[in-house]
Order: sequence, then C-alpha cells, then structure tokens
Amino acid sequence: MAQKRKPKVAVWKFASCDGCQLSLLDCEDELLAIVEAIQIAYFPEATRAVVRGPYDLSLVEGSITTPHDAERIHQVRRSSKFLVTIGACATAGGIQALRNFKNVHEFVAGVYATPSYIETLAKSTAIADHIFVDFQLRGCPINKHQLLEVISAYLNGRKPNIPTYSVCMECKQKGLVCGLVTHGPPCLGPVTQAGCGALCPSYHRGCFGCFGPKETPNPSSLSEWWLKNGMKRDDLVRLYRSFNAYADPFRKESEAHEK
Amino acid sequence: MKNKTVKVDYLARVEGEGALHIKVKKGTVTDVKFKIFEPPRLFEGFLKGRLYSEAPDITARICGICPVAYQMSSVHAMEYAFGVKVNNQLRDLRRLLYCGEWIESHALHIYLLHAPDFLGYEDAIQLGKDHPDVVTKALKLKKIGNDLVALLGGREIHPINVRVGGFYKLPEKSEFDGLLEPLEWALQASIDTVRLTAGLPFPDYECDYECVALRNPGEYPFNEGRLVSNRGLDIAISEYETRFSEEHIKHANALHSVINGRGGYLVGPLARYNLNFDQLTPLAQDLAREAKLGEQCHNPYKSIIVRAVETVYACEEAIRIIKGYQKPGSPVVDFVPRAGIGFGCTEAPRGILYHRYRLDERGEILNAKIVPPTAQNQKAIEKDLHDVVAKFISKPEKELTWLCEQTVRNYDPCISCATHFIRLHIERE
Repeated sequence: MAQKRKPKVAVWKFASCDGCQLSLLDCEDELLAIVEAIQIAYFPEATRAVVRGPYDLSLVEGSITTPHDAERIHQVRRSSKFLVTIGACATAGGIQALRNFKNVHEFVAGVYATPSYIETLAKSTAIADHIFVDFQLRGCPINKHQLLEVISAYLNGRKPNIPTYSVCMECKQKGLVCGLVTHGPPCLGPVTQAGCGALCPSYHRGCFGCFGPKETPNPSSLSEWWLKNGMKRDDLVRLYRSFNAYADPFRKESEAHEK
Repeated sequence: MKNKTVKVDYLARVEGEGALHIKVKKGTVTDVKFKIFEPPRLFEGFLKGRLYSEAPDITARICGICPVAYQMSSVHAMEYAFGVKVNNQLRDLRRLLYCGEWIESHALHIYLLHAPDFLGYEDAIQLGKDHPDVVTKALKLKKIGNDLVALLGGREIHPINVRVGGFYKLPEKSEFDGLLEPLEWALQASIDTVRLTAGLPFPDYECDYECVALRNPGEYPFNEGRLVSNRGLDIAISEYETRFSEEHIKHANALHSVINGRGGYLVGPLARYNLNFDQLTPLAQDLAREAKLGEQCHNPYKSIIVRAVETVYACEEAIRIIKGYQKPGSPVVDFVPRAGIGFGCTEAPRGILYHRYRLDERGEILNAKIVPPTAQNQKAIEKDLHDVVAKFISKPEKELTWLCEQTVRNYDPCISCATHFIRLHIERE
C-alpha cells in the first residue's frame, strides 16, 4: 500500500463575519496537532500560500448574497470531495438573511449613497440551497470543539457525533433552573439545537437561537406559551428573526405571527 | 522606468475579501485601488425596527474578530441616549473584557498574520516549522486573551454577557483566581514580543498622517473619551458626524471616511499610541523607548511593535482590574428607555468604531449608523500603497507585490467590518 498522504483541506468564505473560520485558529491547543494531520491547502485568512485543488475536505463559511458567489460556490463544490458548511450564515443564510423579509433595495439605499455600485441578490441563502452539502455544522459562531469533532471524524472515516437535540438537554445536564417554568426571560431553548452548552441560560438570559432549529422542533407550541405569558407578537417575531431567521421552522413561525 | 501593474486578486492574512490594483505609467504611480469585494451585508438596514437591547448581539455579528468592540460601542450609544452612566466596577469589567479582546486580537495579528511578512514566510505554520517555540508561545498568549473574553463574555467569539447598562451575570472574584498566573505569564510574553518585534527589519518609509484616537484623562483609551487628533481636532463623540463624512467609492463595497475639508486620516494602534503615549504605564513606556519607537511613530510597519506595547499595557491593566475587583451588588444599572439619539465610540483593536442610533420611546431603533475602523483607514492605506510603490518601484515584481500586501496588513484590516479580502494588481503600462 502506498504511503498515506495528508488530506488537503480548504477553507472558503462567502458573506460572513469570519468568526467561524477564526474558530479554527482559536483551537490554540490543538492547532499544531491539526496541521500535523492535514495539509492546509487553501485558507487565505491564515496563509498566502495556495495549493491547487481538488481538496479532500472543504469547510465553507458564509451565505450566498451576490451573483458572483452563486457561481463560485459551484466551483468550490466541483473541487471538493467532502464539503462541510460551518456556521449559521452557511447553514441558514445568517443574520444578513433578514433582507429576505423585505425589499433588499431599500436596505441598499439606506446604507450606500450610490446603490448602483452595489451588486447584491434579493435574498441571502444557505449553501445547501445551491449545492449538495455533505455535513452541516451549526452555530453563530460554531463551537470549536464541535469543529474539532467534525475534522477528527472525517480523518477517521466516521460520522461526526453532533447532537441534534435541544438546548434544554444541555440545561438539564448542567442542572440549571428552567426559565420557562419560573417566569425567566424569553427563551428559544426548547426549539434550538444544542451545541453552546446552554450558554445563555447559565448567564441568566434566555436562549436566542444561535444554533438554529433542533431536529423536529415545535415552535408554534412554544410561541403559544410565550403569548399566554404576555409576550407581544412583534417581540416574538424578533426572537425568531436573528441569526437563523431563514431556517425553515424559524422562518415559518415568525411569518405566522407577523401582522 | 517602465510601466507596470501590481495586482493581488485575493489578499491573504487579512479578515475578509479584498484586492489591490496599482497602475504605474512611465515610472509614476497613476492609480491605486484598495478594493473591497466582501459582499455587502447591510447591517444598518436591518437594525431598523429592532430593539435597543438587541443591538449588542446583532452588531457583534459584523465581525468575528472584534465582536467586543461592536458590543461596547453599541451599549455606550444606547446608554448615551437613555442618560445612563455605567461606573466603578462595572466600568472596569468592560475595560477588562476589552483587554481580553486586545490581547487576543493583537497576538493573532502580530504572530499569525503580520510577522511572517517580515521574516519571509507564507504563513505562521511555516514560521512554526523553523521556530516552533515562537508560534507555541504566540498561541498561548492569544489563548489567554480568549480565556479572559470567555470568562467574562461566555465565549470568545460573539460573547453573550454584555448588555445595555452592564452585564447579565457577574463573575465571582474567585473565578478570576485561575487567570492571574496566566496573565503574569502573558505580561512577560508580551514584553518578549516587544523586544522580538523591535528587532525585525523595517522598510524605510514614513507617512505624515493625521492621527485620530480617543483620549480620556488618566487612562489609555478603550471605552470613552474625546476624539482628538495631532492637528488640533478635539471634539465630543457626538460631534463626529459634523467633522467626519463618508464617501461611497465605486471600486469598494465599503465607504471611505474623510475629515471634512482635510481628507484621509489614520486610526488604530499607531494613532492611539501617538496621541496617548503619556497614558501608558511606565513599563510600557520604557519598553517603547527600548524599542526605539519614540513618543511619536510614523512608520506604519512599526505598528507591529506598537501592538506589542499595547499588549503589555492590556496585560498590566487586566491584572490591575482583577486584583482590585469586588463583585458589585447588581450586574446592571437601572434605566428607562426613552426617545432620542445615542452616540458610541470605542477603541477596537484596529481603531475607533463609531455607532449612532436614533430610538423611539420604547427603545426601538429608527435608524443606525456604524463606521468601522477599516473604512476610516482606507484612504491612508491607499496613500501608503501609492507612496510605497513610488519609493520601491525598482524592486522585482514579486517582491514589490509582497511589500504591498505587507503594507495593507500594517492596518490589520478587517474587511468583514468594512464590509471584506485583497487582490493586488500593479499595472505597468
């Protein structure tokens, strides 16, 4: 058998804040071990060196918002054997998908003096709306330990162990008092996928949905509960409309309560 | 001298997507464009209709590298509008959070993004092959900054603990115990960093910028102060828009800032240092002198030393705050939302970050304006590129291109903020 070569890894960026790819550089304790096991072949945020594709593993950050990027993502797919989207922008369109609920031209005109210089699509969309995606890693930002799990699973030819249950499970594991039943602040925990370690509830605030909808969520039941407890409809709409606003279950729920 | 074009289509080791395009005609630089092709994300547009309380979490998403800066400028703006003052320990904790972001961001930039240029490496991974001890130390320093942000903010990227009026939850004094020793280590590591960076080879180039930074009595600036410059500007942050404006340039998805009637200016470590040298700690001042920085530095490549000096300051300041910390009774100052306008301006690692919000009586945002540091530096970046190419025009193409990239990296540009990666294109006709 031929000597095993290191898998070539590429990191791609679309519309995003760079935070999810930064998570890779934030693996300070593990970074040198990672580069022992893989070859960083394309990662402009970290290196000016470029190794030609095809790539064994591609990590894709960001959403599709321009005609150029809608083309570019197909090139990325063609040059990648296994493609993982990282973060809420790539998996759900991100915070910039708030434009999807309005006319984007109003937004452009509100921000730039000469809107005709700006080329942008009417909607910000998830990568999986454009190409086949092998695995999706959620979060705004992603959890770096989950990123390590995805890379390690890939290197060992197994399925990543990323739970799809709700934040509530993490709250219970941490022994936190449930804010829903004790009249705490509005919380999206019951419909949001775990991954943060129930971060906000441990800081005395409600979950605001960084990791997007859990598997088989029931947001209408949760909304009913909040409305019964005095929440205003427009606040409910805002709650579902943040970093994962255009993920289907959250989108449908916010639209259901919009005037 | 011949005509040529320097072109970098996708600039590496910066945050975001940008390109350079420089044209030289008969030995004279005729056109310099620092292009930003980061897709516009339209934050100011969708902040409209959101509540004041959502601004820190939403604006943090503009930048994964300096989310704390966005959270700080936005909470200060809201507090300005509501007439709230956050003082004493809560104010100190905000400075402490900022120390964490400065340490983490400066260590990232000095070692992983900028130092490889001076030493001729493509990246820190290759640098690490020859000097593993340097990169290991850099990562440890960066991690300590991140640990500080994570302890106070909940996580390194997009922290969740900052709110208008203070915090959601305050740490116990004992929670900081485990951080003091690492911070003492970080202080020593940043002292070593000043000495290491001082010995790097610097291109012989100076530029006479108008430097703009915050200045507040008795401290090196993070969260508040007046906006001052080395050419006599001295204004309250609420006057920012009367003296500064933004131009929309065709080649960039970002807006270029100018001082009305005077043109481009400089923000960031160099500007802060030049305007606040006297506010540094004696140790940081001594190290700066030892590094032969002088009280004024106009060589933008030496910003790498200034970042190291600021890291020393941030470590000392963090240690001081932690040692004096007594947990306050309440994590948040009480306030009632009211209609009005709020201004916030704080020192992100890359320079001043300005926010302005108009709010209705419930605290709903009617309009927002955000001016990130990289947009403010864009004119200075283009001027440097112009002058550097003119000065070093005889260098071979490859070397000149790399020098141009290094010149942009002096600014630690955050193009995600200014909207994002760099293509360099020098055209010699």
